[in-house]
Amino acid sequence: MSVKHALLALLSWKPSTMYQLRKDFDASTGETWPLNIGQVSTTLQRLERDGLVELEAAPAGEPEPWRLTDRGRLEVHAWWNSPVPRETPGRDELVIKLALAVTVPGVDIADLVQRQRSATLRVLHDITKARRGVDEADIAVRLVLDNHIFTTEAELRWLDDVEETLVRTKATVPVQTETKTPAMKAAARSKR
Amino acid sequence: MIRESQIGTAVLELRHASRLHGEGERQVQALADANIAIEPGEFVAIMGPSGSGKSTLLHLAGGLDIPTSGQVLVEGTDLATLSIAQCAVIRRRSVGYVFQDFNLLPALTAAENVAFPLELDGWSRRKAREEALARLAETGVAELADRRPESMSGGQAQRVAIARALVGPRRLLLADEPTGALDSTTGTAILQVLRDRADNGAAVLMVTHEARFAAWTDRTLFLRDGRVIDQSGPSDPSMLLARESR
Repeated sequence: MSVKHALLALLSWKPSTMYQLRKDFDASTGETWPLNIGQVSTTLQRLERDGLVELEAAPAGEPEPWRLTDRGRLEVHAWWNSPVPRETPGRDELVIKLALAVTVPGVDIADLVQRQRSATLRVLHDITKARRGVDEADIAVRLVLDNHIFTTEAELRWLDDVEETLVRTKATVPVQTETKTPAMKAAARSKR
Repeated sequence: MIRESQIGTAVLELRHASRLHGEGERQVQALADANIAIEPGEFVAIMGPSGSGKSTLLHLAGGLDIPTSGQVLVEGTDLATLSIAQCAVIRRRSVGYVFQDFNLLPALTAAENVAFPLELDGWSRRKAREEALARLAETGVAELADRRPESMSGGQAQRVAIARALVGPRRLLLADEPTGALDSTTGTAILQVLRDRADNGAAVLMVTHEARFAAWTDRTLFLRDGRVIDQSGPSDPSMLLARESR
């Protein structure tokens, strides 16, 4: 998550103080990625060092708001116009765990899948409950929570698929050999 | 999974309920020693692979089938102690059924479909229609009262079917894949109707294979090979969004 670009994007909307920036960020993301004030402060100092933001004059006794410089505006423009980089899925503990479960003898894979399904569904219950409480007009928060629903649901579908694959192939416990199995190779690739 | 505190208050209780189909080597255990209690206002989902016993459980709960052993109690009445006629009365008065394919009578209008169980139960036509119109309004399809099922969309037909399942004093709603034939948006709207009904005091038991719909319930039971093997539900509801602090 690029805190730098999030703050620049908010400043392209209006000049803001550090505390207002944190508040606006939390409001637009449904508080699902809470920023601490230290992160905001450090990031603003770096942005100032890089010539992307500057302090605006304020009446005496009031905090000075931050605003974008011309370079900062160009940076935000470039961010809006670039896709977020997506890399090949990396090291996901659940994927590695299941890959190892079909490799290492003696693991009750069905039980492992069910425990994970139950835990993941619990998360989906929580997100759905939160989503139901969101005002339909609060589009930013709806988008964030809907994303959580889709990704959590995808994991549950994948667990169903794992279970079906195991039933279909009647995979129980493979014989351990010195040769790496496809699952081990996949785990090794994912670790890189 | 009977919780001690629920005994006596549950709208639906299965106590050690088992159902065997067939005989000898061909015998299949469709449901094994199920202990489930659903309280008023509780919305429960059942998930599991094909053949895990979901439909059997729902049929037993609705008195459409009887357990080989154990008990099924609806509002405290053991269905096995009733005659066929008495069981039919319980089904009509206490239990509402929602099917994946709606099961509306094609020759009747929406209001007539919804009023039908009440008229069977001796209600006057006028009173049955009043009740039907109230339930159609509750499910958001009052304007369909005089239309036949053939002129409705899937979502509209399912809302009418839910209205029919709600008529009278029914406090137990059984839904078998109620969103199965619907698109995601319409399915969500149907879930909202079921959720509202549970929030207003009904006990709702729903079979689904869609995790996103199961997540609307208070808890989800997982079945495998006829057994309840696990359950899941929300954790601390304030965990994700501390919105009141904003």
